[in-house]
Amino acid sequence: MVEAPTILRIYARLIGARIRSQVQYRLSFALNMIGTALISFLDFAAILVIFEQVDALGEWSVAEVAFLYGISSVTFAATDLAIGHIDLLPEMIRKGDFDLVLVRPLGSLFQVVASDFTLRRLGRVGQGLVILVVALTQLEIEWTAGRVGMLAVTVVAGSAIFAGVWIAFSTIAFWLVDSLEVANAFTYGGNFLASYPVNIFGAWLRRLVLFVVPLAFVAYLPSLYILDKKDELGLPRALQFASPLVAVATALAGGLLWRVAVRRYRSAGG
Amino acid sequence: MRLWLALARRGYQRYAAYPGATVAGVFTNTFFGFLQAYILLAVFRQRESIGSYDASDAVTYVWLAQGMLMTIYIWGWYDVALRVRSGDIATDLYRPVDFQLLWLTQDLGRAAYHGLFRGVPPFLVGALVFDLRLPSDAVLWLAFAVSVVLAVCASFAYRFLFNLASFWLLDYRGVGVLAMVASTFFSGMIIPIAFFPGWLETLAWALPFAAMVQAPIEIFLGHARGLELAGLLTLQLGWASLLLLAGRAVFAAGTRRLVVQGG
Repeated sequence: MVEAPTILRIYARLIGARIRSQVQYRLSFALNMIGTALISFLDFAAILVIFEQVDALGEWSVAEVAFLYGISSVTFAATDLAIGHIDLLPEMIRKGDFDLVLVRPLGSLFQVVASDFTLRRLGRVGQGLVILVVALTQLEIEWTAGRVGMLAVTVVAGSAIFAGVWIAFSTIAFWLVDSLEVANAFTYGGNFLASYPVNIFGAWLRRLVLFVVPLAFVAYLPSLYILDKKDELGLPRALQFASPLVAVATALAGGLLWRVAVRRYRSAGG
Repeated sequence: MRLWLALARRGYQRYAAYPGATVAGVFTNTFFGFLQAYILLAVFRQRESIGSYDASDAVTYVWLAQGMLMTIYIWGWYDVALRVRSGDIATDLYRPVDFQLLWLTQDLGRAAYHGLFRGVPPFLVGALVFDLRLPSDAVLWLAFAVSVVLAVCASFAYRFLFNLASFWLLDYRGVGVLAMVASTFFSGMIIPIAFFPGWLETLAWALPFAAMVQAPIEIFLGHARGLELAGLLTLQLGWASLLLLAGRAVFAAGTRRLVVQGG
């Protein structure tokens, strides 16, 4: 097995090369980054339009929903930046490139994750951060050490939850190579979903994001604590503190599914 | 005529070749449909109506918009830009077929496939779960069908136009992404134009994008009758024609300065 420091050094080298190649054409890079930020801003524009018409959505004000949106966007964008090109997996399987991954002396998940790095996705992180900061200035939060700590923990845990979900759903490609859009429903769709208060969704969807694909732990549950809001769903208060545990479990589940899927992988080529 | 039918069939078959991708896509459209339907229903728990929309209209809007999404192919389409970039455009130029009409015909074939297999299924799922509003008479159904075809034409003409940027710019994707941001928001794809604040609503109806998504939906919901309905269809026809003509002019200008490297 290759040791961890070596892996990090390899990762830094691979990513460094990708970044240098992408900033060669400055104007092109700038346009792409602005475009990426604008596309993700559209979902926020929809929230603003909705709050032109109503004062609250499921008892959440515009600043509170903006807070959910900010957390969800920042965590999702960080995950997207780090492992988003896992979306290329179906293409790798189809072309037979995944066979190459298997013969190299490094973990297969690591290689797929390190296979690319799209720096323009920083635009999405920046866009989410801006909304999060604006939301924080609009909200009157009584900051305590617990709430500050919770905010920091939430960002890390949320990213890990998205990463676990992303990896888990991307493994469907080992069975059905055309399945990318199903994964999109829970990655991009998951980001969209986590930007809204979970209590407005139908019962089946609430159960799904609490017990199966734990998107409720990305923003909604920890935000109840940070914003000191009453939970319309009446869930146990302990769940508001459970995001780190759920994050570890989700990331582990993603990794485990990947292992199982790779073990039963059979090349498309003959 | 045989030629054009064959071209349209090619456009259809190109996408019909991946039924697995279609099923996955329907799953995703349906999932997003549920999310948006719940969000808009939460809005209508606060208010009876917004503009001409009540809760039932809004939920119907959601499933129609999900169906229109792939039918008009609002996102990433760079087929023409890629041909300019690769130089394949040179072979296209000496074909005895009009370049724009060739792509329009193929795109109509593609839209037929996406309309049937990506548009209808999510709507049916939505109709099973939610209380949707269907057109009350045959005239509205017919007008809706015509309106969708015009929407596809307008959307194609717009996509063709921003693809031509590749004649002048190395980075056609930057332009494409900005073009997509404008069309996604102002077409009414992510939130009905009727929900916009007044000035933004006026602006949206003055831009060509409403002809691509919002117009057919208004017709389906029965918000435009008689003269108003005729007005909407005329608006769509106008934008489709104008954008197609602009595309022809820009294409002519582009080919005049085109230099293809070859050996």
